[in-house]
Amino acid sequence: MTKSLLKSREIVLAAAILVLLLAIASRFPAFVAPSNLANVFNDTAPLIMLALGQMAVIVTRCIDLSVAANLALTGMVVAMLNTLFPGLPIPVILFVATSLGALMGLANGLLVWKLDIPPIVVTLGTMTVYRGIIFLISDGAWINAHEMSDTFKAFPRETILGLPVLSWFAILTVLGFVLLIGRTSLGRAFFAVGGNPHAAVYTGINVGRTQCAAFVLSGALAGLTGYLWVARYAVAYVDIAGGFELEVVAACVIGGISIAGGIGSVGGALLGALFLGIVKNALPVVNISPFWQLAISGSAIIIAVAFNATSNRSKGRVILKKAEHAQ
Amino acid sequence: MSSSLADEKAATRQVPDRLRNPLQRFLASWELLLLGVAVAVFVLNSFASPYFLDPWNLSDATFNFTEKALIAFAMALLIISGEIDLSVASIIALASTAMGFAVQLGAETPLLIMIGLGVGLLCGAFNGALVTGLGLPSIVVTIGTMSLFRGISYIVLGDQAYTGYPSDFAFFGQGYVWWVISFEFLLFAVMAILFAILLHKTNFGRAVYVVGNNPVGALISGIRVPRVKFALFLLTGLMSGVAAICLTSRLGATRPSIAFGWELEVVTMVVLGGVNILGGSGTIPGVVIAAFVMGMVTFGFGLLNVPGIVMSIFIGLLLIGVIALPRLAGRLLAARRG
Repeated sequence: MTKSLLKSREIVLAAAILVLLLAIASRFPAFVAPSNLANVFNDTAPLIMLALGQMAVIVTRCIDLSVAANLALTGMVVAMLNTLFPGLPIPVILFVATSLGALMGLANGLLVWKLDIPPIVVTLGTMTVYRGIIFLISDGAWINAHEMSDTFKAFPRETILGLPVLSWFAILTVLGFVLLIGRTSLGRAFFAVGGNPHAAVYTGINVGRTQCAAFVLSGALAGLTGYLWVARYAVAYVDIAGGFELEVVAACVIGGISIAGGIGSVGGALLGALFLGIVKNALPVVNISPFWQLAISGSAIIIAVAFNATSNRSKGRVILKKAEHAQ
Repeated sequence: MSSSLADEKAATRQVPDRLRNPLQRFLASWELLLLGVAVAVFVLNSFASPYFLDPWNLSDATFNFTEKALIAFAMALLIISGEIDLSVASIIALASTAMGFAVQLGAETPLLIMIGLGVGLLCGAFNGALVTGLGLPSIVVTIGTMSLFRGISYIVLGDQAYTGYPSDFAFFGQGYVWWVISFEFLLFAVMAILFAILLHKTNFGRAVYVVGNNPVGALISGIRVPRVKFALFLLTGLMSGVAAICLTSRLGATRPSIAFGWELEVVTMVVLGGVNILGGSGTIPGVVIAAFVMGMVTFGFGLLNVPGIVMSIFIGLLLIGVIALPRLAGRLLAARRG
């Protein structure tokens, strides 16, 4: 029954996206041209990758607000590496970015797992710490396009089968998550931990370690995206992707991932990210000031979470249910 | 707030030992430890910079924390009750924008005050209605309203700024009541006392603890849990409005990025003050001392020319550290006892 509900929620969201696209197309047909849609997808690729990582974290009853700072710090580190060693091959940079991101995720995860600190506190703290470290290592200076090597900048833009590498990374991440969530024991453990931590313990799942794994995953994706982001925009400085963590959480909440844990799907996170990406790209087209973006994503979060709650609410036995939760 | 297994640990928290006398309890308390830190920071600062021990400098230093502390008092109650409000800084932005808008229409100071407080109350009511009316988790709701409230400011202002506040409006952020005592500091002191009485000496304050410790038990014992929580969201919104008046008056201008990131500092102040982030325990005196500690640390760093972002690293580490250290210490003690 939950499954059919979830399915219907994804269908609702997909329908909303279609309606949105049709509404834009009725006045600006060029927006829905395949080449432009590919551009929109490419522009949304970082959001998709981070939303998937965030989904794993939220499903285990945690939240990771440090992803944007992680992305920015990793981006700065690889950009500095590139200016110091311009000859460094791309696979090495990808490896460094992913492992550095994973390391920062591990720091979050260990604080949550070993010290039992609430995830929101941990990641609010590490968010500012990671941002501050960017300032410390860069001295507040920018790394601009002319300081980066051409291969470093060109990699996310290279096209394979008509799509840029950045888009392919997002597609691969989605496919990877479909396998991880649907076909592996870790994927099942995420949901078990989030759905019922007590029962998870009795079935032999280490709750803390599973949550830590989700943080590492989210961190690794943030790190990888950090390189792609910096290379794509060809600039690295302290404030890149500032406030992006809220957009990532918004994408998850819109995608029907329950902040209380245990409920969520890869499709939901993907659609939530696409919804925000389309809105963001459509605003300048339909001639609305980009200053509306913040208020729109805020409203989208509130509407989505209200919608999630009303469709999740079970009738009757409310007090018992609450009692069970409070325990 | 839903968060990992810590929820369960909190639920099985030991009941405080009532047999120990008040003096013993005070000596073993978080507040005393914090007071020690405050004194240490004060002494270190006065050694580190010759300019620290100047009464006017110290008076200036209070502006670092008074506005944030005003919100932190209400936030402390909200967190003790088991909820959180991450939209406080955005409420400041919206209230300040509304006041700036009114100034353009020629509003005078009394009307500006009412607008500032009114917008704060409305925002708090909006948060409270979503959390208590629809039963939504406060973290997500206020992450949403954090974007929404500031987003409205951006829609209204874009890259512009409101200025031209009436000259008597400047009193709230720049005025002095007596010698080096600023109006803001007096307000901070009065509010500290009022909130301490509200939390520690009234039925409402008691209800806040009960709601945070055991919402089901509170409901069964006849406390109107949603009403208490709604009132706390209103209070937090109102205090954010008060802070918006002080800050706008002090800066004399409104930009949509006003008070950006303050929610983190307010929550840090509350947690540093010994309030359990999972709800159920904490005191106003603790928050007051924490406000002094944070204010003096940032001011001391400022005198030593440490950039703001480095201070934010420190605040981030402080936030994690003050929660992690007691847990580590407790674990070590438990291990030693075998």
